[in-house]
Amino acid sequence: MALIDINAPGKNELFIGNEAIARGALEAGIGFASAYPGTPSSEIIGSLAEIANKQHIYVEWSVNEKVALEAAAAGSYAGLRSLAAMKMAGLNVASDFLASVVLTGIGKKGLVLMTGDDPEAHSSGEEEDSRNFARLFDIPLCEPGDFQEAKDMMKWLFELSEEMGSICMLRSVTRIAHARGNVKLGELPEVEHKARFPNYMDPMSIMPTSIMTVPTSIRHAIQHMKMDKVREKFESSPFNQYAGPEKPDLLLVTCGSGWLYCQDAVNALKLEKRVGILKLGTLWPLPEKLVKSCLSKTDKVLFIEETDPFLEGAIMEYSSSMSPESRHNIFYGKHSRHTNAFGELTPDAVIKAITAILDIKYQARDAAYDKKLESIPKGHMIERMLTFCPGCPHRASYWAIKNALMMDGRNGFVTGDIGCYSMALGPAGFFMNRAQHSMGSGTGLASGFGQLWRFGFDQPIISVSGDSTFFHAVMPALVNGVHNKANFVLVILDNSATAMTGFQPHPGTELTAMGEPAQQISIENICRAIGAKVDICDPFDLKSTTQTLLDLLEEKQGARVVIMRRTCELVRGKKEKHPYKMKIDPAKCLGEDCGCNRLCSRVFCCPALLWDPVEGKTRIDEVICNECGVCADVCPEGAIIREEVPA
Amino acid sequence: MKQLSKDPINLVVSGVGGQGNVMVSLVVGSALVNDGYFITIGETYGASQRGGSVMSHVKVSAGKQYSPLIAMGQADIILGMEPVETLRMLKQFGNDRVTTIVNPRPIHAIDLTGAGGYPDLKALLEQIKDLSLKTYVVNATDEAQKMGNPIFANMILIGALAKTGLLPLDEKSLDNVIKQMFPKAVDINMKALKKGMELVDGR
Repeated sequence: MALIDINAPGKNELFIGNEAIARGALEAGIGFASAYPGTPSSEIIGSLAEIANKQHIYVEWSVNEKVALEAAAAGSYAGLRSLAAMKMAGLNVASDFLASVVLTGIGKKGLVLMTGDDPEAHSSGEEEDSRNFARLFDIPLCEPGDFQEAKDMMKWLFELSEEMGSICMLRSVTRIAHARGNVKLGELPEVEHKARFPNYMDPMSIMPTSIMTVPTSIRHAIQHMKMDKVREKFESSPFNQYAGPEKPDLLLVTCGSGWLYCQDAVNALKLEKRVGILKLGTLWPLPEKLVKSCLSKTDKVLFIEETDPFLEGAIMEYSSSMSPESRHNIFYGKHSRHTNAFGELTPDAVIKAITAILDIKYQARDAAYDKKLESIPKGHMIERMLTFCPGCPHRASYWAIKNALMMDGRNGFVTGDIGCYSMALGPAGFFMNRAQHSMGSGTGLASGFGQLWRFGFDQPIISVSGDSTFFHAVMPALVNGVHNKANFVLVILDNSATAMTGFQPHPGTELTAMGEPAQQISIENICRAIGAKVDICDPFDLKSTTQTLLDLLEEKQGARVVIMRRTCELVRGKKEKHPYKMKIDPAKCLGEDCGCNRLCSRVFCCPALLWDPVEGKTRIDEVICNECGVCADVCPEGAIIREEVPA
Repeated sequence: MKQLSKDPINLVVSGVGGQGNVMVSLVVGSALVNDGYFITIGETYGASQRGGSVMSHVKVSAGKQYSPLIAMGQADIILGMEPVETLRMLKQFGNDRVTTIVNPRPIHAIDLTGAGGYPDLKALLEQIKDLSLKTYVVNATDEAQKMGNPIFANMILIGALAKTGLLPLDEKSLDNVIKQMFPKAVDINMKALKKGMELVDGR
């Protein structure tokens, strides 16, 4: 993959949107960047971290998003252009600080908050439109419509931030952040970063003051005045553009990924002469005059945006403030059900909306081809459920959890949260997770369930957390549980990486984002200091892990912790191989006659274990198997052979 | 830059999470960007390393940035790293002028009920041929295993794609991308690329 700091102005690179954003920050002369990983935003800090030492900038993976934003704000106060990046769920975590930094204002240098939204929740626990935060807190907001803009906009937002003395937001969605396209590189400035926290001169005072939100209403009023100035600037921004006929039959108003879909749809329908596209890049405050002048071009207006009716609502509001004689538009969008206020947009969704409004026929392909497709037997389109990778420690951990709860026999259950182990809601984790919400929520729930014994509640409670999640949000929940004497077991699935988002380091790992030795923080020491009893086991030792957990479940009081520790297979597999060769002994595999109900190939859910219907026995797919050896302990007949091979 | 047969040319790369789908589209896209084309790539992820169905959409244009998603029924080329996933893509994006390159090595799905199993491979390949204008069956995984690691199947498939001439993929440009992306394994990847080209040549 290309490094983002190639000094080749004018060269075209194939960047994912996030790399383009990182490049934009670099071209702006950024000095400080921080984030907590979250799809679709992780590659911004990831790609900046790779070149941080070379470019003399500071880049960190922070413990969570709120701290990331606070740390970046410090950079701005000390005179460095600073960036904080996060996914929309992380913005919820950071929002408490965000609300106040809007009021306090920033330092001499720009502060930009980048949020990655994930329409369709491809890799998220919820769908959320973070543009609403810009409106909620009065923050200047832009959204790129392609990869080039992702870079250019990020760069420009630093200038805007400094000019206005306000934090600015860049919002991007999955299909820009995580798609790839051409980006023409600009100049990389040579910046000598010098940081100092000067006496803070507040615009409201003639004396140096503290950075503070009070007097709140007055500062709120000042932010509104800033927003009026921003609006004026946005009126003439090149990030907004209208393309199409002077008097279109239909005006598409769009932003973000919707822009490219609109162009694709108009192109596919050959409607260039009938349909115009107003693409907005500066989203809050909206350039009201520009919008109104475009509304006057036509009667019919269709909004294409992900995910909430953000433009739709605001522009319909503007329209209602226009004089009755100039108010002639018919609006289509989410309120009229021409597009959805959930899920992601596609070119097909835009085509569908346009053809419905203009009453046009469109056929994607020949009817005869569609007919042919009907003859595909149902069995040919096997569904692929997500599962843990072959060799994943989580599969072994959940196998132990499942068996311990079964042996315990009191109808115990698991509450989980966000990470690869979220898949334990499904077959991958044997449907063990009974509740799942947000980062750390499983342990918060457990600390509540753990108080219910006084109402006759007698089921054992297990919460699970990843190692990165433990630092991010589980610690306060554990403190709550221990302090209030809640009765539950916290299982920390420590795979020594933030695996879900691409193996970023976290406070428990050896290195910082920039590859420097970190002060490694011990999960067990923290838990013990809080006052919890801690056991540590290797999940690949199924027998002892199951027994440890079973013993802990039988203890009646207090919050207990068991750390199931094994490095993520995708991290470990790059460094070393397991010392095993796996094979099936066909003489020992009894197949359907075994009575195990195909424990290995059906229940254990490792993609490398297959059922061979011809032989009536289990088979190992040698292309996929990572030779972790765990399944040898799952087979009751000892038919799976784990042969030790010398390293 | 060469004249494109149409603009954009739509390529769908499909497979199962963990196979290397993203790498394939990135190699192809990078070679074409370096040669001056506009490339847009949209990827499925989330399922990307976890055994789910994955696909990349690659649009190749001489002069314009297109959206990262191909519309229903609009693929020109389907590069299938796995048979069932190839058929799945034909169902969504196929049409009567699509060319399909398929690696016939199955990857099974986890089989909860025990009733599933993998469909008959021969019937599957027949179906794929029936739904494509032209089909290249490329035994990429088998050849890659002979080279010592199934992962080389990806580069073999890229070689096959280049050899079909459906995209303006230049061998030299691909070699340059290999040098940049796999500096520690240049020779073996170039060998895999050549192997893929031969496999299409022989039919």
